[in-house]
Formats: sequence, structure tokens, C-alpha cells
Amino acid sequence: MSETLLQVRGLSKHFGGFIALDDISLDIKEGERIGLIGPNGSGKSTLVNCLSGALKHDSGSVRFDGNALDGMPAYQRTRLGLARSFQLPKPFRSLTVVQNLHVPLLFTAKHRAGAHLSTAQIDARCEELLHMVALDGKARVRPRDLTQIEMRKLELARAMAAAPKLLIADEAMAGLSHSEVDDILALLVKLNQSGVTVILIEHIMRAVMSFSDRLVCLVAGRKVADGTPREVVHNPDVERAYLGE
Amino acid sequence: MKNSTFCLLTAAVVIVVFALAMVAVTNDYFFFAGYVVLQYIVLATAWNILGGYTGYINFGTAGFFAIGAYASVVLHKLWGPPIPVLILVGGVLAGLVGLGMGVLTLRLRGVFFAIGTLALAIVVQTFVTNWDYVGGSRGVYIIRPATAPLLGTYIHYLFLVMLALAGFSIALARCIERSTLGFGLAAVRDDEQAAEAAGVPTLKLKLISTALSGALMGMAGAPLPYYVTYLDPTSGFNLAYAVNSIAMPLIGGMTSWVGPLLGAIFLGTIQQAATVTISSSLNLLLVGVLLVLFVVVAPHGLIGLWQPRRRSRVSS
Repeated sequence: MSETLLQVRGLSKHFGGFIALDDISLDIKEGERIGLIGPNGSGKSTLVNCLSGALKHDSGSVRFDGNALDGMPAYQRTRLGLARSFQLPKPFRSLTVVQNLHVPLLFTAKHRAGAHLSTAQIDARCEELLHMVALDGKARVRPRDLTQIEMRKLELARAMAAAPKLLIADEAMAGLSHSEVDDILALLVKLNQSGVTVILIEHIMRAVMSFSDRLVCLVAGRKVADGTPREVVHNPDVERAYLGE
Repeated sequence: MKNSTFCLLTAAVVIVVFALAMVAVTNDYFFFAGYVVLQYIVLATAWNILGGYTGYINFGTAGFFAIGAYASVVLHKLWGPPIPVLILVGGVLAGLVGLGMGVLTLRLRGVFFAIGTLALAIVVQTFVTNWDYVGGSRGVYIIRPATAPLLGTYIHYLFLVMLALAGFSIALARCIERSTLGFGLAAVRDDEQAAEAAGVPTLKLKLISTALSGALMGMAGAPLPYYVTYLDPTSGFNLAYAVNSIAMPLIGGMTSWVGPLLGAIFLGTIQQAATVTISSSLNLLLVGVLLVLFVVVAPHGLIGLWQPRRRSRVSS
């Protein structure tokens, strides 16, 4: 389990004169649980968008599972096994919950298995995914009738439907209650144990600390710390970023 | 219902409707009126593939429609092939223009895309207006053959052709709706970023959608010169085509193939009736009034009136 899955070298991104990411390098090994932290506006979401292909980075390189991702459109990255969930849930609003899962199943399965899934296989996989996130009874409901945590779960289930090797969960727990956070955490741990590498972007320190094997901290577009959670939270740069001088 | 079953059923309906019309309708005027309604079924269904399924509002229907019509004018002057060939050529040509329009404008969203499509229609109209071979702004007379193949009377033949085309477009729309492509288009409509993240090649799907939608519009326009026998840019590029092909899916409902069909029959028939009984200039006023009415009373169209009941039955 020590193969490098994601390799980021010298990644930079700017918006006009604003430097959002400055020379980020990062290695993530297969099976790791990475927590990505940083104050608001530090570039966490920009990094996620550059990795997943929603934004094009300006310089540097990203390699994933032996493939160079530079310039590759987002949908191909998903098909290679790099899935993400969105900070603000983006369900397909006109489709039911189960149809939301059909989309990634239909559009990534051929790439993965080399063949179309049969209707029965798709139904079985949907049932499995819905069971995993405890949305069993909600299959035929439309997203607008879901609660906030159910929406987050749908977001994760849809990302998992693409059968990713790496899951980037962008603030999957923001705005949830204490027990709901535990719910999502347990889910992410379960996914990780099934072999999925997880990058968790989160503000809730309790969640990040209990989840991560390793913490990476961004401040103002730079990586200021990378190490075990204990090391990182005691890093003077990180303390300064969060607490001030 | 399986797609193949549905296609067979559509073919059966086409045959039955035509047989009934031949037996029951003695006044040829009704064939002329019916042709227009059928033409709007094709246009509304075509518009809905891009507008309803994919979420891109096209104001350029008249442009695609006229491309089909003027392709027929050119072919008629060169060679005079049978109408099915004209439909094929018109469809391919308008489909290619649709593809080109997609490449140029699909990076625009919302209202900007709509303006882009309107601009395209104006560009094509300006081109045709200045092209002397197809009559320019003077227009062109098409002398259609004295007798039609199969049926003898030309309007019966045109009616049959348009009826078959309407059946074809409805079957196509329904196949798309239930396919992987349909799920992909719905994902694009709801959220393009999320669609990409779910593995949907959004640009490719949008191009397929613009090409199919444009091709169907061109096919609807191909028999037009033989129907009107005199075609000029003002009538070929009439804004009424664009307005109606948007209004019909809106009134019928945009999420399924049933919507444009109901909307086109409903609005098309009312317009034809109003043209005869009240005044021909009342058409667009009626469209306006009905649109306002539907936006207020039934924002999800005619099919929306029936769907809430179905939904509550599922959840109960």
C-alpha cells in the first residue's frame, strides 16, 4: 500500500493578479487518509478544482495513478478514478436520488469494466450505494425533498458511484450537527477501509484530527505544513495562520 | 415500454391517423392546416431536445428551418429529387450547421447562448437574402409536379410525409429520453460542473444535442417550398417559427416528449382555427396570451398538471 497515487509538482494557479496557489507539491500514497486544512481563502477549494479538472492550473504538473492529468477534462479524470464531492451539494435536481446515481454509473462503467452494465447490475449497485449512505428509503425522492445531511450523503454516494481510487471530499460536513458529523466520518472511514484513498477538506478540527493519518495545511496559497496531525497543529506557521501573531 | 415497441406503436399511429384522414376528411383545406400542425410537432420536439432536455434555449429555430427549406430550393433547381431525399439533405445540412453553432456558442450560457442562436438565424437570413440563385429578397417560385407519387393529390402526399416525420421525431425524442444520452443531457441541464465530475463528457453531449435538434428542424423545413410554392426570406425565416417552437414545449411541458407533442397540437390547432375564424394576424397574440396564462397557472405545462398527482402517489 505504499504506491504513490497522486503526485503534484510545483502547482500554481492565479486569478488575474491574485495568486491562489503558489508552487504546491504533494505526494499521496494509496490508501492514505489526508486532511487538508487552512483558513478561509487559503486555496483549498482551488486546489481541489485544479486536481479534479474544474479549473486549469497555470504551471506545474499533476500525475494520478500513472497518468499525467495536465489539461485533461474533468470527466476523463473521473473515469480514471479521481472523484470529488462538492462543497455546496450540486445534485441533479430534476432527477430522483437513484437516477442521480445512474449518471456516474452509466458514464464511467464502460470505461472501468470495458462493458456496459446491465439494468440489473445498475439497480444492484444503486441499492448497494444507497444502503452504504443509509438513504435506502429515499431512492425515488427528488433532491429538493432531502435534508441537508441527506444531500451530503447523496453527494458522497454519487462520487462513490464512479468507483474512485481517490475521493476528494470538499467540506462534506460543513453546517452539520455533532452527531451528523460523526455519521459522515464513519462513512468516510468505511470507504477508506474498502481501499479508497480519501482527501478530506474540512474546517471542523475535531473531525479532521480524528480522521486523518496525515495533515496538509495551506495558508495564502502556499503549503506551510505537511505531517502527522500532531506535528501540523503545533507547527508555528499553522498556529500563526489560525490564531494570529 | 421498450423503445422498439414504442417505435412500432408510433408507426402504427401514423398509419391509422393517415388512413382516418383519407377516409373521413373530404375538404383538402384540412390537410393544409394539418400539415402546419404536424410541422410544429417536429419543430417543437426538435427544439425540446436542446431546450428541454439539455437546458439551452435556442432562438434560432427559423434559421435551421430555413436552411432545410432553401437546401430544397437549390436541389429543386439543380435536379428535382423526391421529397424524402430533400428531407435527408436538409437534415444533414442543418445538423452540420447545428454542430458548428454548438462549437461556436456552447461556451456561452443562458441568455448569451440564446442571443447567439438568434444572431445565427439573422446571419443565415442575410446570406439567403443576398443570394440571387435562390431568389434573393424577391423570393422564388417552386412549380411542384402535377401529381404526387403514391397518392395522386400533392397535399395528401405532403401531409403523409410530415406525419411520418412527426412520428420519427417523437420516436427519436423518446429514445433519447430513456437512454444513457438522456441521463447525460439531464445532468448537463441540472449542473454542468457536477455532470463533468460524474464522468459525463458535457461538451460532446451538448454538440450531439445541437446537431440532432438542428437536423430535425432542417428536416421539417425541407418540404416547405413544395407546400407554399412561393418562398421568400421573410416567410422562410419568420420569427413565428422561433416563437412557436419555444412556446409549444413551454405550454406542453419540457421534461418529456409528450410536452412538445401536446403543446404543438394544442397551440397549432388554436392558431389554425383562429386564422380562419378571426384573423391571421391574431396568431402571435394568442401565443402571448397563452404563454402568460401558462406561466402563471401551470408553470410545468400541460404534463405538469397531471404529474403532481403521480408524484404524490409514489411517495404515499
